Amino acid sequence: MIKFIFIRLLQAIPVLLIVMTITFVLIHAAPGGPFSAERAVPPEVIEALNAQYNLDDPVHVQFFIYLNNVLHGDFGPSFKYTGRSVTEVIAAGMPITFELGLYAMLIALILGISAGVIASLKPNTMQDYVPMSLAMTGICLPTFVMGPLMVLVFAIWLDWLPVSGWGYIPGDKILPSLTLGFAYAAYIARLSRGGMLEILSQDFIRTARAKGLSTAAIVFRHALRGGMQPVVSFMGPALAGLLSGSFVVETIFQIPGMGRYFVQAAFNRDYTLILGTTIFFATLIIIFNLLADIVTVWLNPRLRDSSNSSN
Amino acid sequence: MALLTVKDLHIHFHTRNGIVKAVNGVEFSLEKGETLGIVGESGSGKTVCCYSLLGLLPTPPARIESGSAMFEGNDLLNMSEQDLRKIRGNRIAMIFQDPMTSLNPFMKLGEQLTEPLTTHNDISKQEARKRAIAAMQEVGIPEPERRIDCYPHEFSGGMRQRVMIAMALVTEPDILIADEPTTALDVTIQAQILDLIKKLQRERSISVIFISHDLGVIAGCADKIIVMHEGNIVESGTTDEIYYQTKHDYTKKLLNAIPSSAKPESAVFHAEEGSEPIFKIDGLLTHFPISDGGVFSGKTDECCKAVDDVSLQLLEGETLGLVGESGCGKSTMAKSIMRLVDITAGSITLNGKDLTRLEGEELKTARAEFQMVFQDPYASLNPRMTVYDLLAEAIYVQKNCSKDELLKQVVSLMDDVGLPAKAIRKYPHEFSGGQRQRIAIARALALKPRLLIADEPVSALDVTIQAQILDLLLELVKKYQITMIFISHDLSVVRYLTDRTAVMYGGKIVEYGNTEDVFNNPQHLYTKSLLSAIPIADPNKERTRQRVAYTADQIA
Repeated sequence: MIKFIFIRLLQAIPVLLIVMTITFVLIHAAPGGPFSAERAVPPEVIEALNAQYNLDDPVHVQFFIYLNNVLHGDFGPSFKYTGRSVTEVIAAGMPITFELGLYAMLIALILGISAGVIASLKPNTMQDYVPMSLAMTGICLPTFVMGPLMVLVFAIWLDWLPVSGWGYIPGDKILPSLTLGFAYAAYIARLSRGGMLEILSQDFIRTARAKGLSTAAIVFRHALRGGMQPVVSFMGPALAGLLSGSFVVETIFQIPGMGRYFVQAAFNRDYTLILGTTIFFATLIIIFNLLADIVTVWLNPRLRDSSNSSN
Repeated sequence: MALLTVKDLHIHFHTRNGIVKAVNGVEFSLEKGETLGIVGESGSGKTVCCYSLLGLLPTPPARIESGSAMFEGNDLLNMSEQDLRKIRGNRIAMIFQDPMTSLNPFMKLGEQLTEPLTTHNDISKQEARKRAIAAMQEVGIPEPERRIDCYPHEFSGGMRQRVMIAMALVTEPDILIADEPTTALDVTIQAQILDLIKKLQRERSISVIFISHDLGVIAGCADKIIVMHEGNIVESGTTDEIYYQTKHDYTKKLLNAIPSSAKPESAVFHAEEGSEPIFKIDGLLTHFPISDGGVFSGKTDECCKAVDDVSLQLLEGETLGLVGESGCGKSTMAKSIMRLVDITAGSITLNGKDLTRLEGEELKTARAEFQMVFQDPYASLNPRMTVYDLLAEAIYVQKNCSKDELLKQVVSLMDDVGLPAKAIRKYPHEFSGGQRQRIAIARALALKPRLLIADEPVSALDVTIQAQILDLLLELVKKYQITMIFISHDLSVVRYLTDRTAVMYGGKIVEYGNTEDVFNNPQHLYTKSLLSAIPIADPNKERTRQRVAYTADQIA
């Protein structure tokens, strides 16, 4: 197991380097720069700014300066949020995005797994069709439709919950978490249904029934552990997607999370902030995928043993 | 009064393609301490019948149309699910065919063994664990205190079946239903498991319903037998009546289908004077490295000696039986010859060519001369290709020929294996198991190979079908003068089919000689033990059969 984790961490190094290089090249290839603006700025001001941020050096020199700084843990100052470093901007936005992602994930897991398990118990009946059609709707409706729809129903018509914000009024965290969680709940429902159907057709489930166990005991004790494997594998990419994909929800609900900075940084050509957030998200994605793989192995005793000895 | 009385049982499957009458009016009764054998081939309804007693059939599509199963004054077939659950796994327990898939791989044995106890009784966890350990002891699992915390994959097939039996018996049931409990096991392990079931039955005087397709297995353990065919009982009676005063033709057909004798004289191979062997294996070693899980190379000096210094020779047209239990290296040897795994040392010569030295294009061309038939005809044919595609592919990867020529060859192959030419546009799932194995044989013979390796080609088939496939192989091998290596764990099949027999144990050939000599006068202790473990389809002989036991030390 330790060997497996060690190798995966080693693999992460080239991945991060490649992500960083591609991002660096792309943002410098994009037209405009951090200091281009509608308003005419005197050329000497631009020159002075460029010189201050090393932007007058050739691109490859800039790259190695940046790489050197990153290796020393310095992601540089933000070009647009004057006076704040990239690390500070990320530190400010990240906790909010994390919290939103966590709630959304919990909602997605609870709704998704329940729907999937219920559907799998009576395949091809109404008990299967209804939750699965709902899940399909959830997949088809993008968050930017779902979000305003939820606001319209729960905030404006019913007036139960606040329209926007995060932590300003009680209850304002509910709608964004639901909106973000729904799409993932739909995927998880489909994965749980598939995983459960597969496991429920196995011989050992027949053995469990022959022992006289109740349906609940069969589902919870015998089937869930194996049936949830597809969901666990999906958790890695899903968590990463929740964090990096939260900008739509953050924009709709006016949440000062990381996602919004990410998008604005791209529009503003805030080179250091784009690179900083990209590297940060890439690291998260790698870590979450690794965690998902570790949990998958840990859940399956057979894999657990073989990853200890061979592999 | 009988413990269990089944009357007029009718079960139909309501499928999209109409009604399948799986069980038609089955009746039997079971006394306390008695063993009932239910014999039949796949699709005979023997399993459906027993599943229905415990409410294990999937409904729909299955529906119990009529009938009753009286157990202690209650009808099992007309019980609420809740009441039936109290009987299932408690009063009536069941063991299944495949111990490799019938235990939950995600749960420790202890958890699975105590479950019947904690479900049906008001019993503490410690008490349940104590009884589970006692049950493991009783079925002969060494070190039960330690092994109760293992997972199923840490056990061999035979040990897992012991666990299944312990799990069924832990609640001290009145009836044990055993559904082909030894079919997936090696012959010596089978003998141990059968002995165990018989011993437990004697000691606890429980009643057993023993379902099997194997008349040899049934002969030794059943008091009375029902023979089923296509959902009907064709014959029933005491064990002796069924075997010695057989009335029904179908039962006779089943008994005759067991290859119990030597090869028919017409098929015996006679070598010509001074002929040179066409196929030679010399000092073959196939070792697999064992990794220690280290971070960098992971290589160790240790290795698994799957094939360990094997040498043998075959004349053209000769048939060799390669016998041994799972893990003895016989399949690895086949794969080594087929160049499907890399060998460690040695040479394999076919028709003057050293197969181990061939590479790339040369190897590809040479493959026309050695072909293989695999064990499972359900898995070895691509379900998305028609029979024509499957057979034509085998030909055109090696030979350029026109479409007409190809079609002609495919049709002649179909004829060789006894399939109608008009079936060439069908897909594998439209054929029965026996027909599929015929297709697999046709595919292997498409290029008229010099050497054919058949790896357990009949072990997935019913006994009557098995006999047909064996005769087909004999006929084709003779017709095309093919040298054949026939791998099997079933010794009676080997005796019927082969000229020479090699017995493998732990990667080595421990006995090698003319088939009749090996069977009539085995020299090696392991061969003796294997031969003595074969169940005989003759109740008197089977009851008095003496087994030769061996320990690993004696052989090594």
